[in-house]
Amino acid sequence: MSLDLATTRRIAKLARIGLEDAELEATRQKLNDILGWIDQLAEVDVEGVPPMVGTETEALRQRADKVTDGNCRDALLACAPETSGPFYTVPKVVE
Amino acid sequence: MSYVIEGQTGPWEIVVGLEVHAQVVSQSKLFSGASTTFGADPNTQVSLVDAAFPGMLPVINHECVAQAIRTGLGLKAQINLHSRFDRKNYFYADLPQGYQISQFTHPIVGTGTITIELQNGDTREIGITRLHLEQDAGKLLHDQDPTKSFVDLNRAGVALMEIVSEPDIRAPEEAGAYLRKLRQILRYLGTCDGNMEEGSMRADVNVSVRKTGEPFRTRCEIKNVNSIRFVMQAIEVEATRQIEIWENGGEVDQETRLFDPGRGETRTMRSKEDAHDYRYFPDPDLLPLVLEQAWVDELHAALPELPDPKRARFQHDYGIPFYDAGVLVAEQAVADYYENVAKGRDGRLAASWVTGELFAALNRTGTTIETSPVSADALGKMLDLIADKTINGKIAKEVFEDMVETGDSPDAIVERKGLRQVTDTGVIDSAIAAVLEKHPDKLEEYRSGKDKLFGFFVGQVMKETKGKANPALVNEALKTRLDA
Repeated sequence: MSLDLATTRRIAKLARIGLEDAELEATRQKLNDILGWIDQLAEVDVEGVPPMVGTETEALRQRADKVTDGNCRDALLACAPETSGPFYTVPKVVE
Repeated sequence: MSYVIEGQTGPWEIVVGLEVHAQVVSQSKLFSGASTTFGADPNTQVSLVDAAFPGMLPVINHECVAQAIRTGLGLKAQINLHSRFDRKNYFYADLPQGYQISQFTHPIVGTGTITIELQNGDTREIGITRLHLEQDAGKLLHDQDPTKSFVDLNRAGVALMEIVSEPDIRAPEEAGAYLRKLRQILRYLGTCDGNMEEGSMRADVNVSVRKTGEPFRTRCEIKNVNSIRFVMQAIEVEATRQIEIWENGGEVDQETRLFDPGRGETRTMRSKEDAHDYRYFPDPDLLPLVLEQAWVDELHAALPELPDPKRARFQHDYGIPFYDAGVLVAEQAVADYYENVAKGRDGRLAASWVTGELFAALNRTGTTIETSPVSADALGKMLDLIADKTINGKIAKEVFEDMVETGDSPDAIVERKGLRQVTDTGVIDSAIAAVLEKHPDKLEEYRSGKDKLFGFFVGQVMKETKGKANPALVNEALKTRLDA
């Protein structure tokens, strides 16, 4: 598998990473190296093995439906770069 | 006749599928212990998990899982004992994590069906593709500041069920019927309050058009339509737009659009080039969701009676028509009220009083079935008074109005106003004599063949007895007297 420059640019955009044109080629090579490394997995014979996403044998633990958290607005907002009154604020986004 | 839109090149069929986001009724959020109450102070119902602080781990809410299973069972759907959560990645200010925890490849609920009923009485089955659990996003306010959007994360992390239909819907009316039916089922189950105004139920609408018999053409998705009426309007407007494009030799682009009810149009929200690439992958923070069949069975056994079976039972047990039964089961509280009135009484009479006088009174007094000025018990007692002939049907209306106004019991009202029905034939006979004496001309006409006047005499006798005479006895006595 090999990425071209356009795909590299698109991946950067999806990940919200700003890349200068000069950085593009180097990034493409790094990503291709990673993909090449991962491609080694394709050498493993998985004939007859059902698809899996992990080796976990445990199931998800569930919690009771109780209100046990929240009400910590001041602490939360204190960590935010920008706030106004009880709100976080961000540059205007309107679709 | 099926629904089509007439274009210049002939009729077009519309193809619609709906994705409904239904907020799960629960105390706390899907993966955190923060409260879900609507309308709280901004950002007070936010935990460190919801605000996506580093190192926070999601733990799933047992009740949200139960609600999804109940809903699946209510939709006659397959419950998947193994499901998983995935991350749906996108960047937006209402989503602190940068991804939504959702279920992509392995949803908790698989295929099911909803039976919808149309105006003309026809029913249709609409397929359900799947139902999955996911997190809601926060809320953005754009009108507070010229350059800033304000963010309230109270809703962030609240559990949603996304319920996806097959593209089986062929008319705006069917889309409306589907949404009403789905909302009814959710309310009966108590899994979503179905309140579209508060946003606890929202619909994304997929629309395409085709000539009859063709395969599907390209569809557009209209996002976040927040009322049933708007969904129906949006479908028609969007289908008409697509027909115009096809008929002018163009191509419909697959894109996401917004419906503007004010202008009655849809417009592009984002085109294919900007389309999201969500890069779904299994959420490494969450193990597979594994359900015990025994638990599913337990939830199944505890499900309330749903609208369709209840309707059938009402028809059968109380001898009422399909239509009336439909009206009575529309809301569970109405169905319960009706059943309290009808039990052990004349079911048809009960139905006509509930859907007639009672509904009118609720309307007039601005009350609901829950706050009704007349309890089911009181209305039942009044029907008993009709049944045991203490009052007749006409006087019953007067008694009922008094009940609405004063809240008194029907017995007390009958006594207070002296409304007891006259069954004393002596009293009725003398009323008849008085009427005949007053109208010798009418009597003459009647006897010379004008049968229609019988009704006139009945009316006069009722008037003479201030409406309290037993109508059957009046009829009988009059007939004997007139035809003598």
